[in-house]
Amino acid sequence: MSISKEQIEQVAYLARIQISDAEKSALESKLSSILDMVDELQAADTDGITPMAHPLDATQRLRPDEVTEPNEREKFQKLAPEAENGLYLVPRVVE
Amino acid sequence: MHTKTLSELSRMLDSGETSSEELTRETLDRIKAQDSRYNSFITLAEEQAMASARQADEQRASGKASALTGVPFAHKDIFCTRDLRTTCGSRMLDNFVPPYNSTVAEKLDEAGAVCVGKTNMDEFAMGSSNETSYYGPVTNPWGDKLVPGGSSGGSAAAVAARLVAGATATDTGGSIRQPAALCGLTGLKPTYGRISRYGMIAFASSLDQAGTLTRTAEDSALMLNAMAGFDPRDSTCMDRAVPDYTEGLNNDIKGLRIGLPTEFFSDDLDPVMAQQVREAIREYERLGATVTEISLPHSHLAVPAYYVIAPAECSANLSRFDGVRYGHRCENPQDLNDLYLRSRSEGFGEEVKRRILVGTYALSAGFFDAYYLKAQKVRRLIQQDFIQAFEKVDVIMGPTSPSPAFAQGDKTDDPVNMYLEDVFTISTNLAGLPAMSIPGGMVNNLPIGLQIIGNYFDEGRLLNAAHQFQKVTDWHEKAPEGAV
Repeated sequence: MSISKEQIEQVAYLARIQISDAEKSALESKLSSILDMVDELQAADTDGITPMAHPLDATQRLRPDEVTEPNEREKFQKLAPEAENGLYLVPRVVE
Repeated sequence: MHTKTLSELSRMLDSGETSSEELTRETLDRIKAQDSRYNSFITLAEEQAMASARQADEQRASGKASALTGVPFAHKDIFCTRDLRTTCGSRMLDNFVPPYNSTVAEKLDEAGAVCVGKTNMDEFAMGSSNETSYYGPVTNPWGDKLVPGGSSGGSAAAVAARLVAGATATDTGGSIRQPAALCGLTGLKPTYGRISRYGMIAFASSLDQAGTLTRTAEDSALMLNAMAGFDPRDSTCMDRAVPDYTEGLNNDIKGLRIGLPTEFFSDDLDPVMAQQVREAIREYERLGATVTEISLPHSHLAVPAYYVIAPAECSANLSRFDGVRYGHRCENPQDLNDLYLRSRSEGFGEEVKRRILVGTYALSAGFFDAYYLKAQKVRRLIQQDFIQAFEKVDVIMGPTSPSPAFAQGDKTDDPVNMYLEDVFTISTNLAGLPAMSIPGGMVNNLPIGLQIIGNYFDEGRLLNAAHQFQKVTDWHEKAPEGAV
């Protein structure tokens, strides 16, 4: 199955990845070859097979609703590209 | 001292023949003098290592030591280490200094092991040749222009070059076993859920599993003892007791039932590789094991299923890198969307972007059923093949990789060809089974790997089988020129 330039643009926007025009044609052929390879799956007979999410079919454990982690906002915000007064800064979103 | 194994170093520390301070100093000096040839380290932890070494010596003196207390080792740069830069091989995390420890780092700290630095790797563990790292390719100590395999190529090269005796690693589709094979090492990927993934930077969460790269199975058992165990902070981690993995190493393997999948020895396999692997398996027959042919009929679907599931999960996991809370941010963003777009496009390399795009496509409206759901169903078919096989055999053996180490640049232009590097390793990740690669012979003067796959939580049996082989062969003692 091949993927078109328009589809690549749309998927790239969904993933918030910027692609230059020069990169697009190379990507088109590489992504198409990957999708061709995974299309072998379509030939498999999977009628009545339950999809597998965890190899040991484990389920989520529940825990008591208690506060267990300390608040370490300052430590975490030191890692931020821009933070001020306990807030993460981004370009203005709401006018 | 650099030629000693972890177990030997442990005994030397125990007898007082050396100190951790001396050993750690020597290890750091050797890395600084030699690693320009391999590029196997991204960050050295000189001060922290010397401080842990002194602490380890005090622990040894007060009689509170574990086997690994004071022994130097390296962490793959995917494990978050408190106050020590953790890049995951990506520009995105070039400036990331974690405020917390991964569980694996925490447990090895508690065991007293001394982390000397963080090893190079394919960016976000996506690659099979260690050529996608932002910090440059790693060179295989077995040859100047050869790849060490990937994604744990830095860990493998560091152990093969005798810079450290052991290193942590991770395996999502073969990233421990394939580098082990290409560098002549012992690599162990345990059962999914055996080791906590907490603080191990996520690639494909339903497949990722931490493990070890060492020279011997005995050393692998020592590291697994320290790393395995339940952790409430990883919701997929299994709550099962951890045996002492060194205990069964010397068990007799007479009567061990080995299965050889016909699909792993098809006409596509290089006859020279096939012959070496069969020769290694004959060694097992001499040790009293029995060999039967088995079939894993859905094997050919493993690579296609993997290249839906892994990119899909990667595209979800890597959406956290947004240039807002940590990691790379572009200069002068015009608006929020521009900030996301440029931060991610500058921060991620080519292969990572490619996988994010494939994954986003597979998960997008209209394609989810045809790709992700289909792949998850095929995943169960692959698992069922193994479950049926393990009714008749104890372990499954075959080659780890299709060939020995290949030249840098050989496969970088053809992603699908690179993906086929993992054709023999991927199915065990899909099934969640434990597997090892041990040195099984030489082809063109380069090491090749014998893969041993076990049933769920049967790491002890794998290590036993590997150790018994290493007692009667010397492939694991072969060293690249310049390393000894």
